[in-house]
Amino acid sequence: MTGIGRRTMLAGLAAAGLPRPALAQGARGRVVVVGGGFGGATAARVLHRAGLAVTLVEPAETYWACPFSNEVIAGLRPMAAQAFGYEALRASGVTVARTSAEAVDGAERRVRLADGSTLDYDRLILSPGIALRFDALPGYDAAAAEAMPHAWKAGAQTELLARQLAAMPEGGTVVLSVPGNPYRCPPGPYERASLIAYYLKTRKPRAKLIVLDAKDTFSKQKLFQQAWTTLYPDVLDYVPLAAGGQVTAVDPGAMTVATDFSTVKADVACIIPPQRAAPIAAAAGVADRSGWCPIDPVTFESRLVPRIHVIGDAAIAGAMPKSAFAANAQGKVCADAVIDLLAERAPVAPKLVNTCYSLVAPGYGISVAGVYHPDKGVLADVEGAGGTSPLDAPDAVRRQEAAYAEDWYRTITRAVFG
Amino acid sequence: MRAGLLLLLLASPAVAAPPPGASSCSGCHGAPGGAVPSLSGHSAEDIAASLAAFRTGARPATVMNRIAKGFSEEESRAIAVWLAGGGP
Repeated sequence: MTGIGRRTMLAGLAAAGLPRPALAQGARGRVVVVGGGFGGATAARVLHRAGLAVTLVEPAETYWACPFSNEVIAGLRPMAAQAFGYEALRASGVTVARTSAEAVDGAERRVRLADGSTLDYDRLILSPGIALRFDALPGYDAAAAEAMPHAWKAGAQTELLARQLAAMPEGGTVVLSVPGNPYRCPPGPYERASLIAYYLKTRKPRAKLIVLDAKDTFSKQKLFQQAWTTLYPDVLDYVPLAAGGQVTAVDPGAMTVATDFSTVKADVACIIPPQRAAPIAAAAGVADRSGWCPIDPVTFESRLVPRIHVIGDAAIAGAMPKSAFAANAQGKVCADAVIDLLAERAPVAPKLVNTCYSLVAPGYGISVAGVYHPDKGVLADVEGAGGTSPLDAPDAVRRQEAAYAEDWYRTITRAVFG
Repeated sequence: MRAGLLLLLLASPAVAAPPPGASSCSGCHGAPGGAVPSLSGHSAEDIAASLAAFRTGARPATVMNRIAKGFSEEESRAIAVWLAGGGP
């Protein structure tokens, strides 16, 4: 078959409205994907659709989605709305290995699994998500998280924080500690602050929320602060770094949260600690000293170990935030690049979009969007594009963005897990 | 040989290389019936015209105006053609 013949055939198929052929033609090889979240499950699906042999390694049978989990904490949404399984992915033909990856030998191109078996690969995609650092904040370890939940990985922690808020006495104090950059979901702590404030205002109006932040600027800041002034002036007290907001230690026994300037007694304390890429990244040698994974912005291939690609929250994706939307977009771009590389074609420089919605109250949504492209070796903002919702938007726009947020969740979870 | 190849092609799952940016669209745009408009059933001309109107601000939007500014006319047209052809 000549190139011309193939093109003629493609044109004919397109004209007839027929499905187009698998691009994987010419792409041969075994791909292993580690991590069944928004990045990994997406990449596995794209690779499988292209006709490649792909194994998705994921130990959990249920994936608890983080987006919208702040609504669960505020009693606005059932936890069941965050649960997704891998049945549909299996049914579509993707091999899902229900175990975890323990080690990677980048030279031998082999993944060792927790059950003792191994998987050989031609290309490996790591989408392992984050690990919470229980060595970064004095007093805050895994045991402390049972008293002072982080709820930064959805699941039991989300429900724990929701229960604590519901059980809190009238007039209680909630403390929310926010880490410095980088961390999963940059606007997430501020959406959480907003929805906890909404919960307190409507259910426990004498209670207070103190937000202690390790930085002075944050995502969608003007929009959040405008909403806080309007909606929660008597509930939410925001303390930035410059005003002594950085938490320096916690005591889960005494339920106190300390900064350099004061110690606050909390009835409920949500401590979001500093983070790093999940442990398999370091085990594979793809995490650098920052704890995160430097990557090539065209292929998402690790800068440190060839033939291993890193996507999602674990990757250092330049201007792209650590979000579910970004992980999903990266999963698609990375999978397409892997298909090209296995077919010995050079991948085209991609563009990626991110859109992140936050709810500051039910029916009040705000967003930040960005378009990204490889520039000088990193994923950079496309200048002139992106940005946040306008500050002066009417209520109808806020309602519309809240509806879009809800619909985004429905669409992306269906695309990834449905 | 042609007929044989045609069968082979039809038996394969439908995948075509998305042009830069195109694979991100399905992050929000899915099946019809939701708050976010579905892109299925739209012609390449319609999608390209919408992207152009979002880019210039001629068509009001919440977020598409911010996203469309990240793509040239040529890039937008390539995305529109790919989406109209069925996308992913």
